[in-house]
Amino acid sequence: MHPLIGYLIASGLFAIGLFGVLTRRNAVLQLASAELMLGGVHLVLVTTDLVQRSYTGQSFALFIVVIAAAEVGVGLALVLNLWRARSDIDTDDLPIDSGKQADERADRS
Amino acid sequence: MSLTDVLAAAFGLLALGAGIGVVTTRRIVRAGLWLAVSFAGIAGVALVLTAEFLAWVLVLVYVGAIVVLLLFATMLTRAPTEASDELDRRQLPGILIASGVGLGLAAVLTGAFGWTRVSLVGRENGDAAAMGEAIFSEWVLPFEVLSLLLLAALVGAIAVSTRDRAQQSGNSG
Repeated sequence: MHPLIGYLIASGLFAIGLFGVLTRRNAVLQLASAELMLGGVHLVLVTTDLVQRSYTGQSFALFIVVIAAAEVGVGLALVLNLWRARSDIDTDDLPIDSGKQADERADRS
Repeated sequence: MSLTDVLAAAFGLLALGAGIGVVTTRRIVRAGLWLAVSFAGIAGVALVLTAEFLAWVLVLVYVGAIVVLLLFATMLTRAPTEASDELDRRQLPGILIASGVGLGLAAVLTGAFGWTRVSLVGRENGDAAAMGEAIFSEWVLPFEVLSLLLLAALVGAIAVSTRDRAQQSGNSG
């Protein structure tokens, strides 16, 4: 087994996920792309386990699964909250100073 | 090239191709389905690389739970199910940064490991018994801290999604 194969696949997945996070405008799709980056990290840990002949990497990969589940739960709660507040989850249209713009919207309506 | 190499590369290419589908498709529901395929490929690579327990956990948690959760979120936010051009911003900066990071990582890892070989002879499979021994003998404290993290995330998600409702009822009442 050549460990370089696992590492190259992992860096490719990380790059694809990074491209998705940078390019996608929909917040849910950005979360999905972040999951791809985490998938690359899983592969790095598993491949390093083979090199080191231990189970430490796989243990930490299991911990990352738990962290990813928590991250998606909180992230989707935030996205749904954003949808409820603005009826739109496009991250290009997010107000930079939300307090001020919310006041302006309240004034207009 | 051994059989392990060929299988790992095949599953890895499946994961990479499906990942490109996730970030480039113009239909939002298909992105979720491609994510399921991509994680099935990652689980396949983990299975080939002796991480048996992790592979099945990946299938359970990612394909079973996280992808379904993301699809639920797309439905709840009434995302357009037909093809849409509104999903992406300009692609060139993303392509430049992501390919730079990816090529940099690949160059560093190639420089560090080259085409070295690792023998799998005598390597015990990372099944549930091995993982249980590793986690509950060496990594007990992170395991316990993670249960706290899950609890905090659960409470946080509930708090974030109900605060708005309390405000609305306060405003209307």
